[in-house]
Amino acid sequence: MPLLRSMLWHSDIPLWRDARVLRAFAQIVSVIIVVSIVVFAVNNVLTAANDRNLALGFDFLGEEAGFPIAESVVKYHEANSFRYAFYVGVLNTLKVALIGIVAATVLGVVLGVSRLSTNWLVSKAAGLYIEIFRNIPLLIQLFFWYFGVFLLFPAVENAIEWPGPIFISNRGIFAVWASTTSSFGPWMLWILGGLILAVVARFSLLRIEARTGNSTHPNLLAIAAFVLVSIIGWFLVADAPLAKSTPELGRFNFQGGLNFTPEFTALLFGLVIYTASFIAEIVRSGIQAVEKGQVEAARALGLSEYQTLKMVVIPQSLRIIIPPLISQYLNLTKNSSLALTIGYPDLFGVGRIIINQAGRAVPVFAMIMAAYLAMSLTYAVIGNLYNKHVRFVDR
Amino acid sequence: MGLKRIVLLMGLIAMVGILAAACSSDDDDDNGAVSSAGARLDLVMDRGNLICAGRTDLPGFGFLDANGANAGFDIDLCRAVAAAVFGDASKLTIIPISASERGPTIQAGEVDILSRNVTWTTTRDSQWGNYTNVMFYDGQGFMVPTDKGYTSALDLDGATVCVTSGTTTELNLADFFRQNGMTLETVVFEDTASVYGAYEAGRCDATTSDKSQLAAIRSGFADPGAHMILAETISKEPLTPVVAHGDDQWFDLVKTVMYTLINAEELGVTQANVDAMVSSDNIKIRRMLGTEGEFGQSTLGLSATFAVDVIKAVGNYGEIYDRHMGPNGGSFTLPRGDNKLWSDGGLIYAPPLK
Repeated sequence: MPLLRSMLWHSDIPLWRDARVLRAFAQIVSVIIVVSIVVFAVNNVLTAANDRNLALGFDFLGEEAGFPIAESVVKYHEANSFRYAFYVGVLNTLKVALIGIVAATVLGVVLGVSRLSTNWLVSKAAGLYIEIFRNIPLLIQLFFWYFGVFLLFPAVENAIEWPGPIFISNRGIFAVWASTTSSFGPWMLWILGGLILAVVARFSLLRIEARTGNSTHPNLLAIAAFVLVSIIGWFLVADAPLAKSTPELGRFNFQGGLNFTPEFTALLFGLVIYTASFIAEIVRSGIQAVEKGQVEAARALGLSEYQTLKMVVIPQSLRIIIPPLISQYLNLTKNSSLALTIGYPDLFGVGRIIINQAGRAVPVFAMIMAAYLAMSLTYAVIGNLYNKHVRFVDR
Repeated sequence: MGLKRIVLLMGLIAMVGILAAACSSDDDDDNGAVSSAGARLDLVMDRGNLICAGRTDLPGFGFLDANGANAGFDIDLCRAVAAAVFGDASKLTIIPISASERGPTIQAGEVDILSRNVTWTTTRDSQWGNYTNVMFYDGQGFMVPTDKGYTSALDLDGATVCVTSGTTTELNLADFFRQNGMTLETVVFEDTASVYGAYEAGRCDATTSDKSQLAAIRSGFADPGAHMILAETISKEPLTPVVAHGDDQWFDLVKTVMYTLINAEELGVTQANVDAMVSSDNIKIRRMLGTEGEFGQSTLGLSATFAVDVIKAVGNYGEIYDRHMGPNGGSFTLPRGDNKLWSDGGLIYAPPLK
């Protein structure tokens, strides 16, 4: 067989001494090992599940869930399906993770910059904060915030009232909020129109600026156009699109307004305060990693302190900061699964209930893992795109 | 040349690898899970002790006593089985698990018995394992602060209720509110201690669970008088020890031990008088204690006199109940109510030992 011969015996070099063949052989061996491990793992789950009567398959997802969920972004009812209950859990995780990421970033940047402050007190205070919260396990911090802080606020009848009004009690924080009316939809069309106008205005003003060389204040005028159109729209739609919703004490609890439950608030506090301490260190190290010479050179060229920061230091430190920052966002999202311990119905908590009520451990765990994986990969993709955008471009 | 050929070769070998792995794995069945009759008893005998899934955080049913040892009604049921199998109730390991771990644990046969106040439902019976014999008839109720003046569960429209996740309680709660057209807000925890901690801190207007559990928990509050259990019972909660599916002999063995405890109370055989009762002239007692005849012990793999060991170790059903929940009980007092013997007007009944 000439093919086999040519495959095994290349020119005059014996097979066992041909570097290309040896390399290929190493590749083949690793493929076999990887494939065998995967086959073994999948097979193990299938046979073990079969032996132990653990049902597989996702057919149960359409059945009625039957259990209540404490809080939900969308409307949920016990008669909804398991699938919908899981979706409610996913949304709850996204809610705490997204708000948490924004808040942790703001707090982390402030702390990181404070740490570098020339003001002794500010820098030491930031350092103390970081050392404390970075070094205490998150689970313990969550228990502290929930049982040690938020549940110790006064009972709902004696709620603390802040101007606004904002009511704080061990039933959570209730604040005045806007509720939408029937004209909210039409008003949104005005908002959209304002947005389009603003973008068009900014674009044309920039072109004028490029042509004439005179500043046309494109950003300022674009924002002004947007605000103006929104305000005109507010008065032109049938009635006010947003109404004031004030929380009022009912028989058991406050009704109406904006409500943050103690479970959500404690989880958010815990995650933000913990993650911010890591972000602060990332920001500090990112700024310090920009060579001193860069700053000195910028100053020597006559750039102001603000210009130096904006045009020289930040663009360079961002490149260093962003990859570890994304990994902190992933951590925050994954850590939110500790919600289970303080009663916030996140993805993992709801998943555990479904496992118990439906008796399907393997499929539900697969769904939980897939959901976290999907979230993490999404962050990674967005983060990497942004990182590409700010990356140093070789010319 | 090279690359294409290498890819071809690799693909070929990988395919052979997958095929080989797929074929060789069809018939391996040696992961230790028990699936045939009698295998569980052999496993327990080989191991030299019985493994029970229980709890350590519920006074009366499963808790740690002053010496840190496992104690409680549910624990005594496990001790009875250990005494029946080994003649020694101490050959027992209790694994504490949470409510939502119960199903997967017994489904997978990780433990020999699940005795952790488990409610018997048809769904669980079809999925979790085999339910042996109802050892405690319970029902779900509500606990509320006394000073609020609630008189009925129907006063709770719009209330926030603290509840344990992964329980029938959680489902009954939703059903009850839905049935009565009331709105419900919940706070759900996996850990029972967190549920009652949050309730006591005032996070919820009410908490709900099996009434026996509420009574147990109330006894541990800083001020038990400040909380009351509402009269309504909103569900049937037959608490039953569970064994894994697939081993009829083990299922029958555990049931027989449970029947023995109940029959012993009926026949007046107690921890104190069991030695004397061996030579009783009541034929039912003589048969139960192995003095005369046989009621299936040997088929199940038990010794003829296993009942003596069981009663010596834990006493009869009534003694177990009184030890933990009776008037002189260690934890708290709960009237026997439905849990009286059938002959006293209760629901506790067992097939005859013959």
